[in-house]
Amino acid sequence: MKEEIIIAGFGGQGVLSMGKILAYSGIMQDKEVTWMPSYGPEMRGGTANVTVIISDNKISSPVLAKFDTAIILNQQSMDKFEHAVKSGGLLIYDPNGITRHPARRDITVCAIEAADESAKLGNAKTYNMIVMGAFLKMKPILSMENIIKGLKKSIPERNHHLINANEQAIGTGMDKVKILNKI
Amino acid sequence: MSEKILMKGNEAIAYGAIRCGCDGYFGYPITPQSEIMETLMELQPWESTGMVVLQAESETASINMLYGGAATGKKVMTSSSSPGISLMCEGLSYLAGAELPCLVVNVMRGGPGLGTIQPSQADYFQCVKGGGHGDYRMIVLAPASVQEMYDFVDKAFSLAFKYRIPAMILADGVIGQMMEKVELRAPKPRRSEEQIERECGSWATTGKKPDRERNVITSLALDAPVQEQFNIKLINKHKAIEENEVLYSTYMTDDAEYLIIAYGSMSRIAEAVIDMARSEGYKLGLLRPITLFPFPKKAIDAFTDRVKSILTIELNAGQMVEDVRLVVNGRIPVNFYGRYGGMVPSPDEILTEFKKSIK
Repeated sequence: MKEEIIIAGFGGQGVLSMGKILAYSGIMQDKEVTWMPSYGPEMRGGTANVTVIISDNKISSPVLAKFDTAIILNQQSMDKFEHAVKSGGLLIYDPNGITRHPARRDITVCAIEAADESAKLGNAKTYNMIVMGAFLKMKPILSMENIIKGLKKSIPERNHHLINANEQAIGTGMDKVKILNKI
Repeated sequence: MSEKILMKGNEAIAYGAIRCGCDGYFGYPITPQSEIMETLMELQPWESTGMVVLQAESETASINMLYGGAATGKKVMTSSSSPGISLMCEGLSYLAGAELPCLVVNVMRGGPGLGTIQPSQADYFQCVKGGGHGDYRMIVLAPASVQEMYDFVDKAFSLAFKYRIPAMILADGVIGQMMEKVELRAPKPRRSEEQIERECGSWATTGKKPDRERNVITSLALDAPVQEQFNIKLINKHKAIEENEVLYSTYMTDDAEYLIIAYGSMSRIAEAVIDMARSEGYKLGLLRPITLFPFPKKAIDAFTDRVKSILTIELNAGQMVEDVRLVVNGRIPVNFYGRYGGMVPSPDEILTEFKKSIK
């Protein structure tokens, strides 16, 4: 198993921390992982992205041009990464704020209304876990048990009372993900 | 099995420093390596091992604090990124001139000038050939993973003390900023004053003892014949390092007809290129220098007799390639591909360049 993921959106949406939780969960499942963030001026300008690779084998390049999965949370990232998904790959996006929806027919396209769902849950901070749940529904590469372990490792101990809320949000994402184009 | 922690390369330097019994860190923040001092401040090693962590007023101050700490035989280190290393180069020359062991970490970013904060390998000339004035070298280690960032702190200190020479860990923004899992090693305690006296008493300013002359740390020798004798001593030291301390690794080279040479983050990207090229039938292998000084000359020389051509890839306009060409000496083509200014090439891009290079 080797899964190469790009997660891209605005700073503050929890892009980097979602990547970290995925990577840590990968370690808990005895996988090799890399997590490579954008840290340049683009981040300071408001957009953030991170490349996460989870693999059974040693990982070579942490820097990639093509991905198995793109998780896209704003229009700038859609413009940049829609065409970086490998043919046959997966694109998940939050339609909120997207003006030009993905047009590719050679990949699976899913929508997750994470902004709306996090508002319904009454906690905007669960946004990224809803998105992560959508991803894990489509690509069940990690067990829920290891994801909870990964969460515990990634979140400071003082916030461990929020693990349940995060787990619930992951479940919401799994339930609410909509497949728009299936290949 | 010990615990595996997900951390950034920069964080790994901090953990590695505390773990190997480092006595002091003196630094000044600069992207993309600020997490080194941030992590040290967060871990508060002065409460556990007694290690000093100090934010200096500038890079110039940091490197001179290193001179003071190293002169007493302590394990001291600093870290910075390219523009900060330029400011430290005067101090590095003095440290080399005074034969003081220490560790400097450079997490390179694009230049020249203030440049960009994105990854680069444009300081190869500066760091491998010296940087400051005078005829000197540093031992330069080029980690390619977060685990190596952690492990090389101890390795660099060991080499620095073995040869009484400044050592550098030369990384870049990719290695510093990326997270991977790190297996923590058993901690080594800081050395006691008695241990330091035993190991470094012949040269360090540990206080004059009744049974020996006082130790003087200086890089000043106004008398030319005296200075020349010192230069000869340094040359012999560099030769011994070149003889004994070369480190490199290879990937898929057993049947290779073509060779990529790359270090640090670029060697990681190169591994992906090798896999892609192999799947298309090209017999391509990788040689990765782990020490940049000493440079793996003998290994490259041996490959020159076996492969048809070499492609050197770097995040600069062509620096290490000059050392490769010196070894190859015109026997086979040595091609170069680089990206600059903080741009990092993808494996696909390098594969295209490789195919062009063998046409």
